Amino acid sequence: MTAIPARPALFEYAPAAESRSIVALRPRYGLFVDGEFTEGTGTPLKTLNPATEEVLAEVSTGSDADVDRAVRAARRAFTRVWGPMRPADRGKYLFRIARLLQERAREFAVLETLDNGKPIRESRDVDVPLAAAHFFYHAGWADKLVHAGLGPAPRPLGVAGQVIPWNFPLLMLAWKIAPALATGNTVVLKPAETTPLTALLFAEVCQQADLPPGVVNIVTGAGDTGRAVVAHPDVDKVAFTGSTEVGQSIARAVAGTHKRLTLELGGKAANIVFDDAPIDQAVEGIVRGIFFNQGHVCCAGSRLLVQESVHDEVVASLQRRIGTLRVGDPLDKNTDLGAVNSHSQLARIRELVAVGEAEGATCWQPEGELPGRGYWFKPTVFTDVSPAHRIARDEVFGPVLSVLTFRTPDEAVAKANNTTYGLSAGVWSEKGSRILSITSKLRAGVVWANTFNELDPTSPFGGYKQSGYGREGGRQGLAAYLQGDNQ
Amino acid sequence: MTHVLDPDALSRGGRPLPAPLDPFADVTRSDAAVRAFLHGLPGVDQVGAEARATVLGTRSIKTTAKAWAIDTAISMVDLTTLEGSDTPGRVRSLAAKARRPDPDDLTCPPVAAVCVYGDLAGIAKEALSGTGINVAAVATAFPSGRASRAVKLADVGDAVANGADEIDMVIDRGAFLSGRYLDVFEEIVAVKEACGEAHLKVILETGELVTLDNVRRASWLAMLAGGDFIKTSTGKVAPAATLPVCLVMLEAVRDFRAATGRQVGVKPAGGIRTTKDAVKHLVLINETVGADWLSPRWFRFGASGLLNDLLLQRQKLRTGHYSGPDHVSVD
Repeated sequence: MTAIPARPALFEYAPAAESRSIVALRPRYGLFVDGEFTEGTGTPLKTLNPATEEVLAEVSTGSDADVDRAVRAARRAFTRVWGPMRPADRGKYLFRIARLLQERAREFAVLETLDNGKPIRESRDVDVPLAAAHFFYHAGWADKLVHAGLGPAPRPLGVAGQVIPWNFPLLMLAWKIAPALATGNTVVLKPAETTPLTALLFAEVCQQADLPPGVVNIVTGAGDTGRAVVAHPDVDKVAFTGSTEVGQSIARAVAGTHKRLTLELGGKAANIVFDDAPIDQAVEGIVRGIFFNQGHVCCAGSRLLVQESVHDEVVASLQRRIGTLRVGDPLDKNTDLGAVNSHSQLARIRELVAVGEAEGATCWQPEGELPGRGYWFKPTVFTDVSPAHRIARDEVFGPVLSVLTFRTPDEAVAKANNTTYGLSAGVWSEKGSRILSITSKLRAGVVWANTFNELDPTSPFGGYKQSGYGREGGRQGLAAYLQGDNQ
Repeated sequence: MTHVLDPDALSRGGRPLPAPLDPFADVTRSDAAVRAFLHGLPGVDQVGAEARATVLGTRSIKTTAKAWAIDTAISMVDLTTLEGSDTPGRVRSLAAKARRPDPDDLTCPPVAAVCVYGDLAGIAKEALSGTGINVAAVATAFPSGRASRAVKLADVGDAVANGADEIDMVIDRGAFLSGRYLDVFEEIVAVKEACGEAHLKVILETGELVTLDNVRRASWLAMLAGGDFIKTSTGKVAPAATLPVCLVMLEAVRDFRAATGRQVGVKPAGGIRTTKDAVKHLVLINETVGADWLSPRWFRFGASGLLNDLLLQRQKLRTGHYSGPDHVSVD
């Protein structure tokens, strides 16, 4: 046997940044009302690139008067154009929007990554394709609503006021606008204050698609603007995705009015790993469950429930895998972990991690450096977590995983359901009968088996308990925007 | 720019243990024991394994990284000819190509080995003498493995006597699929013994094992029996090497080293034809088992056509434009 000389074995990936040049950033953005971009009368806000703290643009904010203008435009469009339109024609507009999203996918992906901080791999492979898929899916429903199981002639509600979060700006917009439009409603949508840019680019797509003015109105701003949208008396339907705290205040504001309400709020999902799980794939699923989108995912698998007999093996595997995550420029195509979206979110993550340490859980973070500028947080794993710890109960909304253990299937179910939330859950086992039995006992709106954070427009999404009510996506999601004959 | 959080994450915990294989000394004591052990390995979820391989396939390897990857891949090639029509002349011509894959560029590294049938190993040995390039010979009634053990061992002995540095054996897939794991194990042990100093690569023929669970079990069986390398395929059965199969085998050698301290190499063979495929495999190694496996000592590509595509891409990186197939030598 001749000795083969070893080559220096370091495989460093050269920078592979997606080009920003496809995005034409404007220094100032206005509101999109009645088919046109207009100035808002509120105090403008600046939107940042969280990976560098660079100011991307100044964005108008909507005052009460602006919101009123938008709602009136939406009402006009509903009464005169969109409501009376032949359903098949509404479908054509939605198909057109879906195709335009695909055609301009790279532009949307780059802009989303700039404004949100998420890796381009995720905005390119998840956010934008899924957003287009939601429009395609609902475009198909537009002229088939009589088959939705909601009576022989389901009718639209009217004007929908929609408030969306910063974690999936374009995707959440699609989840809100696509079903509303397919069912014949018109919308006033308020994007999150830290991530307004893709919604405004979407407004351009609406123009490009010749969508009649007023069908989609986008009013940017912070909490006050959102409150004005929710509180406007001529809004028939409120849809909100965001924190449980804000969701509760919206529920109070809407109580006693004619408005229909759907809420998609926080979560503290259990990801349950049994000892007969496919361990390597389970570890991938854990990583995907909690580090996808920096953990800024309401359905994130933030509580890992692992059977005691495989606890050490799973945690060791997980830590090894976390060490291989690539962190840095979100526009680099090889980045796995991007920037935390905002300074205030970073502060909240730090606060809860400090609480976890103070409560006595063991905090583990990988070696290695984070970028110097921007908002960053290392992937974090807490072991020795008790169900009484705050990091096992409160939603962190960041790359922080709490590991708890269980001994029997009953204990797993009891611990998994022991939360005020109920949005999602995951089960890992190679045993089919166990998966069927456990999933039927979990009180969560979405339950994944041997996968996690898998989303699809055909599958309804929504929560139990303080994770909200109503469903988005699938046939069930249409009900939130329609009234049947018996309603 | 982006970087790995912890460059040492994959090599940590890979320290050699004082007594290799000790933890598994008794798992091959009986058919029942070896079956219980192999069936007790964690299962592989096919959907999840494929998804992981797909994500790693989207890594963007450009400029300096691509140049490094191409040279590394060339140095890992087992340049192969396994045809009934092989002649001494063809083997000599392949050996010449192995020594200097790109005659116009002296900076191009040689390949790792030339892989031939056992009867031609002597010709290859002679043609490669003094180059440091190994001679690999397939044996054990390659590719089907359907012969008696005596014939298989004689085949190995013949190849070793002809000067083969490495023996690529096939496992008895019939025995494996019918659950006679101990037979498979004992045959590999016997072949390993017949190899003497020569390195043993154990071909699992994953295209016939079909499931990823079987791939993991066969990998462990081959490693327990003393194989120095585990290899996907003969190249005579489709599908041959695929990324998910290679991923599962890399996980197996990683786990085996963590448990026993002994490092085993991996060789995907068959079906890897383009630079892109080769780079995806290097990414797979880099992010599954790490730098410890990123050398021809621990990773090989069994291929024939791949080398020319690597050379074309190498020329493209150097000159900035693509040349044609006539700018690399025909095999």
